[in-house]
Amino acid sequence: MVNPLAIIGRVFIAALAEVGNLSQFAANAVSHIIRPPFYWRLTLQQMWLIGYNSLPVVGLTALFTGAALAQQIFVGGSRFNAESVVPGVVVIAIVRELGPVLGGLMVAGRVSSAMAAELGTMRVTEQIDALTTLSTDPIKYLVVPRLIAAVATLPLLVLIANIIGVLGGFLIGTERLGLNAGTYLKVTTDFLEQADVISSLVKAAVFGFIIALMGSYHGYKSSGGAQGVGKATTNAVVSAFIMILLANLIITVIVFGSVG
Amino acid sequence: MATPMISLSSVTKSFGNKAVLNGVDFSVEKGKSLVIIGGSGTGKSVTLKCILGLLKADEGAIYVDGTDIVRLSNSERKQVLTRFGMLFQSAALFDSISVWENVAFGLIQGKGLNKKDAKEIAIEKLRRVGLSPDVGLLSPSELSGGMQKRVGLARAIATEPEIIFFDEPTTGLDPIMADIINDLIVECVQDLGATTLSITHDMASARKIADKIAMLYNGKIIWHGDKSQIDTSGNEYVEQFIHGRAQGPIEMELLKR
Repeated sequence: MVNPLAIIGRVFIAALAEVGNLSQFAANAVSHIIRPPFYWRLTLQQMWLIGYNSLPVVGLTALFTGAALAQQIFVGGSRFNAESVVPGVVVIAIVRELGPVLGGLMVAGRVSSAMAAELGTMRVTEQIDALTTLSTDPIKYLVVPRLIAAVATLPLLVLIANIIGVLGGFLIGTERLGLNAGTYLKVTTDFLEQADVISSLVKAAVFGFIIALMGSYHGYKSSGGAQGVGKATTNAVVSAFIMILLANLIITVIVFGSVG
Repeated sequence: MATPMISLSSVTKSFGNKAVLNGVDFSVEKGKSLVIIGGSGTGKSVTLKCILGLLKADEGAIYVDGTDIVRLSNSERKQVLTRFGMLFQSAALFDSISVWENVAFGLIQGKGLNKKDAKEIAIEKLRRVGLSPDVGLLSPSELSGGMQKRVGLARAIATEPEIIFFDEPTTGLDPIMADIINDLIVECVQDLGATTLSITHDMASARKIADKIAMLYNGKIIWHGDKSQIDTSGNEYVEQFIHGRAQGPIEMELLKR
């Protein structure tokens, strides 16, 4: 007969082992960041792939979200004659939460999956083993450029997403809801604080690390041919999503938890 | 007696409960070519990967030119690996870079050569394996299986290594292309005077490229000798394998109906 406790125990041990493996992988990769050789060309290439190529999807997400948010807040606020809060709530919601979180999730969907698929294919076709036999550390050559590029690029992407998100709210607010453009911009800048922007960029950098780590880890450790690569891709995206949302909660509680 | 270039002593390796290597012992003298034959799943690839450090042996010693490499640090192991070249079963060419960059990879990353000099050597090595310089500009995905193997061979010999490993060098090739690859291997190895270790289940390939042959079965070397002795080995496992008979002492892992 199957013992439920034994199953729970096995699952728990497997989960702990996975956390241990991931931590070891992350520590190994981070330790390589400061040790030569440095692959700057590969890092710039990854910055282009992660940053520039993600701009359309991140920009459109921010634009539509900012616009929809302004519409919703206007409708909700009008019940209390509080339509004037639209610019303030939009900018706070976009910069503190929606810009980094939605931007992070969109990039995770695009980039983590691509990294896992590429590295997974390299693993199952022995290209990663070939790197080792050619005196090249695969972690340093494949993982470190992706980590550096994602951590450096995500804040820039999120900054642009924040601006476009606020612009989305501005366009709906002024063109459809009849809010005054000058007042909208003034309220926006009055509401926005330096801490909001800094926390947004810190979140973005952390999410960048998570995206590259999850994509690289699951791809690097994949096995079992095409099916294994598919599984690695799915695991990379799902785990990146969950970790981004968890990290967002932790950073929000740390930065804004003492307020109020 | 001269120190062997490669020597394995009682090497074991298990994956979970499954023991793949059960105490492997063999040695390869400098400048000689050993071919390990054996069926699928007998531990041939695991043996190669243990020597290269891609897998860590559970027990036993692996000596390269007298140095036990199992106990080396990562940086020391990296140094030892500069003496190796390897032709992978699937060629394992890097998709993201051109053919000549693949061939020059070990020269640039491992030996620190500048790109211009490395490219010249890469083109020369491509010529050596019968490929024109134009091929160097292509992407690996544009090449046929036979051409990929040639590029893999050019990459394996580009750094002029002292030791070269060949993992199933003729798998997936037609008999004519397989023979061409075998000839190239013999020529390139003779040019370099390298020590080679190959694994294959292609007996035509083994007969062509080997000085000595060893047979791996159930994680152990069950026979070894000169290639001229393979047909008169007197070992029923070897006989069954080289003649490709379904009946014999080797039990394949088949589902019985």
